[in-house]
Amino acid sequence: MKHNLILKVVSKFLIPLIFLFALYVQFHGDFGPGGGFQAGVIFSAGIILYALVFGVDSAKKVIPLHILRVLASLGVLIYAGTGVASLLLGGNYLEYGVLASTQLAGQHIGIIVIELGVGITVMAVMLIMFFAFAERGRPIEDVEDKEGSQ
Amino acid sequence: MIDSIVNITLLSLLAILAFAIIRMRSLFAVIMLFAGFSFISAGLFVAMDAADVAFTEAAVGAGISTILMLATLALTYAPEVHKKEKLPGHKPWLPLAVVLITGGMLIYGTSDIPAFGDPNAPAQQHVAPYYLEKSLSETGVPNVVTAVLASYRGFDTLGEVTVIFTAGIAVLLLIGGRRKKTKNETTEGVNET
Repeated sequence: MKHNLILKVVSKFLIPLIFLFALYVQFHGDFGPGGGFQAGVIFSAGIILYALVFGVDSAKKVIPLHILRVLASLGVLIYAGTGVASLLLGGNYLEYGVLASTQLAGQHIGIIVIELGVGITVMAVMLIMFFAFAERGRPIEDVEDKEGSQ
Repeated sequence: MIDSIVNITLLSLLAILAFAIIRMRSLFAVIMLFAGFSFISAGLFVAMDAADVAFTEAAVGAGISTILMLATLALTYAPEVHKKEKLPGHKPWLPLAVVLITGGMLIYGTSDIPAFGDPNAPAQQHVAPYYLEKSLSETGVPNVVTAVLASYRGFDTLGEVTVIFTAGIAVLLLIGGRRKKTKNETTEGVNET
């Protein structure tokens, strides 16, 4: 981990581009290929690359686990909440047309918002899984020592 | 012409990779070849104009799942198992027969599948024409895939997000938060759980 100078320089250059591309896929998904799911995965891949090169601890300082848990629930909440909002505005569940004055504008808002929810949840869950696996691997000697001594 | 060259090249590469994966004994190399397999599949999806699927395959199949498999390998790696591999106690003839018969039936079944992109295929007859004609005027979204996923099939996508969320909770319940009990513990780890 100490001598990976090339990896560090290249990934410092790549990670912002990965984030930018994830945001592009997220918010341009209605026009080009992609959407919330792909954007969430690409965004988490950027952070995983950071964790691989700079260590899991520094990556956890970027996005701590408790924030990831909140984000994972927040995405589902945004999605389901959009449905509730359309219910309250007098439409059916997830009927986006009632969210704005016209049908098309409402559809557009609805799709952007739920894609954002999808992206947030996917990004958070992928990182939760990665951190769970990475954390599980590290202290295994400590755990074994403790279990052996009891 | 150029399409068939690309398709034949990609499909042969897939077959070569599949055989290499079967022959390989090092799990690390197998995981790397799985990633290559996913990338070539993504290339095939691009060749079939399914850019959204290709995105997902490249990001999830080649990226995230490779990382997770590597992490699992790191967790379960046992050096002493690596030395000698035990051969299975039975002869390979019954599995071979099952594989050959199933494969033969599948190849026989492909003769009834409509040609790729056939407009008269049953899959193109049901709701697909409606989506293709109406999605732009009804949702204002040029990407039909996004229109179907987010608007027409919004309930399905909500279910999918819930599934992903549930999977995250399951991973946390199963293998998350073990660090609290280790001895040289940082304050950060204690706060997590």
